[in-house]
This record gives sequence, structure tokens and C-alpha cells, in this order.
Amino acid sequence: MASQEMEELVSREYTQGFVTDIESDTVPPGLDENTIAFISNKKGEPEWMLEWRLEAYRQWLQMTTPSWAHLDYPPIDYQAISYYSAPKKQEDKPQSLDEVDPKLLETYEKLGIPLHERAALAGVAVDAVFDSVSVTTTFKEKLAEAGVIFCSISEAIREYPELVRQYLGSVVPQGDNYFAALNSAVFTDGSFVYVPEGVECPMELSTYFRINAANTGQFERTLIVCDKRAQVSYLEGCTAPQRDENQLHAAVVELVALEDANIKYSTVQNWYPGDEDGKGGIYNFVTKRGDCRGDRSKISWTQVETGSAITWKYPSCMLRGKDSVGEFYSVAVTNGRQQADTGTKMIHIGEGTRSTIISKGIAAGRSDQAYRGLVKVGPRAKNARNFTQCDSLLIGDRCGAHTFPYQEIGNNSATVEHEATTSKIGEDQLFYCQARGISEEDAVNMIVNGFCKDVFQELPMEFAVEAEALLNVTLEGAVG
Amino acid sequence: MLEVKDLHVTVEGSEILKGLNLTVNPGEVHALMGPNGAGKSTLSAVVAGKDGYEVTSGEVLFEGKNLLEMEIEERALAGILLGFQYPVEIPGVKNIYLLKAALNAQRVARGEEEIPAPEFMKLVREQLSFMKMDGSFLQRAVNEGFSGGEKKRNEILQMLVLQPKLAMLDEIDSGLDIDAMKVVAEGVNSLRSADRAILMVTHYQRLLEHIVPDHVHVLVDGRIVKSGDKDLANELEARGYEWVLEESAA
Ligand SMILES: Nc1ncnc2c1ncn2[C@@H]1O[C@H](COP(=O)(O)OP(=O)(O)OP(=O)(O)O)[C@@H](O)[C@H]1O
Ligand SMILES: [Mg+2]
Repeated sequence: MASQEMEELVSREYTQGFVTDIESDTVPPGLDENTIAFISNKKGEPEWMLEWRLEAYRQWLQMTTPSWAHLDYPPIDYQAISYYSAPKKQEDKPQSLDEVDPKLLETYEKLGIPLHERAALAGVAVDAVFDSVSVTTTFKEKLAEAGVIFCSISEAIREYPELVRQYLGSVVPQGDNYFAALNSAVFTDGSFVYVPEGVECPMELSTYFRINAANTGQFERTLIVCDKRAQVSYLEGCTAPQRDENQLHAAVVELVALEDANIKYSTVQNWYPGDEDGKGGIYNFVTKRGDCRGDRSKISWTQVETGSAITWKYPSCMLRGKDSVGEFYSVAVTNGRQQADTGTKMIHIGEGTRSTIISKGIAAGRSDQAYRGLVKVGPRAKNARNFTQCDSLLIGDRCGAHTFPYQEIGNNSATVEHEATTSKIGEDQLFYCQARGISEEDAVNMIVNGFCKDVFQELPMEFAVEAEALLNVTLEGAVG
Repeated sequence: MLEVKDLHVTVEGSEILKGLNLTVNPGEVHALMGPNGAGKSTLSAVVAGKDGYEVTSGEVLFEGKNLLEMEIEERALAGILLGFQYPVEIPGVKNIYLLKAALNAQRVARGEEEIPAPEFMKLVREQLSFMKMDGSFLQRAVNEGFSGGEKKRNEILQMLVLQPKLAMLDEIDSGLDIDAMKVVAEGVNSLRSADRAILMVTHYQRLLEHIVPDHVHVLVDGRIVKSGDKDLANELEARGYEWVLEESAA
């Protein structure tokens, strides 16, 4: 493809992909095949896509909500949700920052979010694009030069149907689980990335560049494909607390790494956790899975989770390719009445596959969290290796942390190591810091950040700094 | 500077300090000796503000202020530094980070700016070489995997950077080899000045040969039963505590 054409395509993604469908209607609450046809039609999708959605829907009807997770939440009424709604009209939004919850603004300030971005994050009507135009332009030019496709999933379905058709659902099939099936039927937005053979993506790709990401919608769908010897680092989310009218979020993220490809996917997630009683918080049920399809490919998940009332999330790796590598680095922080059930699955299928799991859980207040990890080694995965370390840190004595490591080893040449610790934040450590003049709050932050260091150092630099600030804000008032 | 008056302290229901009196003036170095379990660490913990100690009666004043009403960090910011008998490990937190946070907390409390990074590095490097410590200690996690002697040196390093008015050093000599003892002693001596005071808990005369105290106290069963000058330490070294106990019982 000529680079000029490419450039055009990429620039179109910014004028259309992320900002399209503004003029559309809203469908009434409820879900049936007509709703799905409406969505597909609105998106201008080809016939096969509609069929694919309907297939997912029919499977979903046969399924029941998973009940095994260590969570407690009221049943969700799926007929009360509106599955397609136009973004809020400007006049319905708060007209200025004065109308926004001062607490939220205080948090933005503490996180060091630039002034001009606070309004957009808080959902205030902003007509000007708040990200600097020059940044976006340079960004587009660079990607186009490299031949990287980065656009909304809706645009990808229209513009790159062969690619999408080849890979969509190839990692997370429509009927994979309850929430993935629902997502497959009704997803309306998300990102698509394709890095061609031999290309190292020239910059970190971030949803941050998507100006209207604050309205990502509740059923996001992301598909990232890295062709042979290609590399990409993708950043999802934002440290700013995100509010959303939609309580239920059920995203699906699929990653495909072909031979010698390398995908690094980092998330900093800070959905609104609700008030002190958890009221108004987001329920976050996400299916994230990476497929190391090619030999020597590598997929690395790094996540920092602080938000949501309820989180249910297990980024996983299917290690098919010979000598492929899966990694999972996670920090989950819960405070107040938050509940989190997270972990990972490492499925070793190919020979010589390796995986590393480092999970750090911090529970404060009356929160409750569980780590659930599965390491499965198939019969063909000769000499597979896994190392798992999960550490929990409790702050106070009304919170809980639970660890559920599952292992299914179908091959006796495999080496699987698991280490787990649970500790209370050390009174002695706190006293030591305070006796050096450091306030209790700063001491807690220091100790907690130290506890998470192994994971933070996996994050891209700018994210790591934000993540530390975020942790501090989340744990505010956790002690004392 | 520090006045402890008729201090009674209970830990988990049993009385550990039973009417302790001690006055430390600026410029003085005091050595606190006494048998195991007498209450020496308890005294320094109570002065520093550690939780779990119930003061049933008595007073502790620092520069005339009632210490017992102050938070732990307020006491530290007022100029009291406790060198721990067992320094605590903090995984993942770099030694240099703790030092900087502590120094900046002091400066901010005094209404000063945080210290500029180059100035801080210069200061730390100087003190580090004074303590004959390798630069790699700054990048390691606080006390994690440090040998016993390295932990003690690190406590003195913190003291040299923070320059407290009153340094309380609990068994700073335990676990030190002969050379390290000299280095630690030089560190402590360099802090001696007319407006600072040092309170050292020790079991051994040897430390006091390097850091010569102005006053030596014997703490037995929650009370100071005998005070004297450095010769008292020599006498204790030679004769043990038995005679002091008998003398005080008489
Ligand atoms: N947290 C605690 N719970 C129960 N008893 C305690 C506690 N802390 C101190 N004690 C008791 O108080 C007494 C004094 O202890 P302290 O540590 O002050 O002694 P010390 O003079 O420093 O002794 P050493 O020379 O062995 O360090 C001891 O009998 C000890 O067991
Ligand atoms: Mg002691």
C-alpha cells in the first residue's frame, strides 16, 4: 500500500472511527434479535458480521451468569439496559466544571491531570478537541509510515473486513463465557490494531489518544494482531476516575501474536467504585485473552486495577507456539466496599512454553479480593515452565484477601512453582518510617508502592508514575 | 532538652517502667546500661511514641513540650531520632527514597523547600563515604538483606543525614565487627555538639571507649538505680550488675 494511501486511511480513522455516529438515535432498553440488527445496521456492517452477532446472542440465551466467582452482587436485569445509545448531547451534559462533584475534581488535581483534560473526563460539554492537535498529527504520521493500522473496531469492520473476519473471535469465541457472548452480540465500540510483519510499532498505542474515550461504552471490543516479528505496546485506560452511567461493563480484548511477535498490553483501570457503600459503582466483567499463536511469540499483560465496585477479570495467555512466553503482572487495590475477583490463566499447549505470574493484591477498608489463577500444562507442552508469585497485603482488619491457585499438569516434564504470601501492613514498618518524620499516610503509600514495585517496573514509564499517584489516592484514609 | 519524670509504663498489663527519672541536657552524651529486660528499649520506644505502651503516670518533656501528646512523626520532626535495636526491612522501597522522604518531611515541617536533588545527592554521598558504605546501599531496599552490621551503619547514616537534636541509639554496637564499631563511633562522635544530645543504650564498655559518655546510668527493673560518669561503666564491666542491685536494695 502506498504510504500516501495509508496516511489517508489513518487520518480517516480519526475523523470517522472514533467520532462517528454522533447523530444516531437511542434504542429503547431491552435485548432481542431486532436490537442486534439495529446496532449492526447503524454501524453499516456487512452481513457476516450481523450473522456472527446473532450466533453469539443465541448462545448467550442458553447460558447462565457465572456464580463461582468470589463475589456478591445483585442480579443484573439485561432487559433494562439500552444497548445502543447516542453519546449524550452537549446540552444534557454539565455545562462547566462548577456542576461537577468537587470530590472528583479534587482527585484529578491530586493525580496531576492537566486542567484542560479534567473537563472532558468529568463529562463536561467540551466542543474543542482537548488533546493538542500537533500531538495527534505527529502520531498519525508516524503510524502511517510504519504501516500500522490503529482504528476503531467499527471502522475496521468496514475498512479491513478480511483482517477482522480472520481474527475476531479466534481467541475469545462467541460462546466463551456469559459476558463474552453478550459482548459479541452487542459490542458497539473498541479498538483495532494490526502491526504488519517485521514492524516494530514506533510508539506506544494508547486509548488516551482517543479523545472521546471517556464514553467508551459498556461493551467494548478490542482486537490486536501482531504479525510475524512485529512488536507493539498498547496502553489501555487512564488513571483518572471514570464515571459512567452504565453500571455494567463487559469488555472483550483479544490479542493474537504470530511467530516471534511481541505484544505488551498495559492497563490502568480506575472505574468509579461507588460511594462508601459501593452505591453507583461500576461492575466490570472483562474477558481478556492473548493467543501466542506463533513460535517464540510473547504476550505480556500488566495491569493496575483500582476502581470498580466489582471486578471480574482474568487476562489469560494461550501458549500454543513452541517456546512462546506468557506474562501476567498485576496490582489490584480495593478499598471501601469494593470486591475484586481477578487472576490469570496460563494455558501451556506448545513445547518449551514459559509463563510468569506476579500478582500483588492490596486490600483496605471493608473490601474483599480474590486471586484466582490457573496454570494448565497440556500433554504436548514438554518442558513447560511456570513461576507464580502472589502476595497480598492487608491494611486494617476488616478486609480480606483469598488466593485460589489451580494447577492442571498433564505432563511430568513441566516445572511449576507457586509462592504465596499474605501479610498485614507491618506496624513495625510504619513505626520505623514515622520515627523518621514521615507521616502515617506517606508511610503507607511508601510501603504499598514498595510492595508493588515488581509490577510497576513492568509498566511503561509514564504509566508507572501515574500508577503510583493513583495508588496513593485510592488508599487515602485507609489507615488511622 | 529531655526530661523524664517519674515515668510509669505498662505493657500488656504488666508494669515495665516503674518511676523512671532522667534528664538529658544539650551537649551531653548519656549511656544507659542495665540487665536484659530492664526496660531500656521500652524507654526509647515510649520517647519515640511507639503504640502499645500505656503511660500510667509521669511526664516526658522535650524542650519543654509534652511529648506524650505528640504523634510519632511530630516527635521526629521536633528533632528526636530513634536508632533501632532491630532496624526494620521495607521491601521495594529504596534506601535513598526513605532518606529523601524523611529529610524533606523535616524541611517541609520547618517551612523550607524540598531539597534539590543534586544537593541531596552530594550530602548523602558525603555521609555515605564517612560511614564507609558502598553507593549500592542507596539503591537497595531499606535494610532488606543487609547484614546485622550494615543495618546499624545504615541507622547512623540516616542520623547523619537527618541531624537530630536528640539521637537515641539502642544497642547500636551489637553485631558490629571491630572496624565497623570504629566507623559507627566516628559517625556518632561527628554529631556531638553543644546543641545536640545523645542517649545510647549499650551492654558493653567497648563502645564507650570510642564514644565517651558524660553520664552513665544503670537501669534495673524499670528504674534508674545508679548514675555516674564513665568510670561507672568500667566498674560495671569489671563487676557486673550484682553489686548495684545489692546497693540499691540496701
Ligand atoms: N510488646 C511487649 N509485650 C510483652 N512484654 C513486653 C513487650 N515489650 C517489652 N516487654 C517486656 O518488657 C520488659 C522490658 O523490655 P525491654 O525491651 O525494654 O528491655 P531491655 O532493657 O531493652 O532489654 P535488652 O537488654 O534485652 O534489650 C521485658 O521483660 C519485655 O519482655
Ligand atoms: Mg533492648
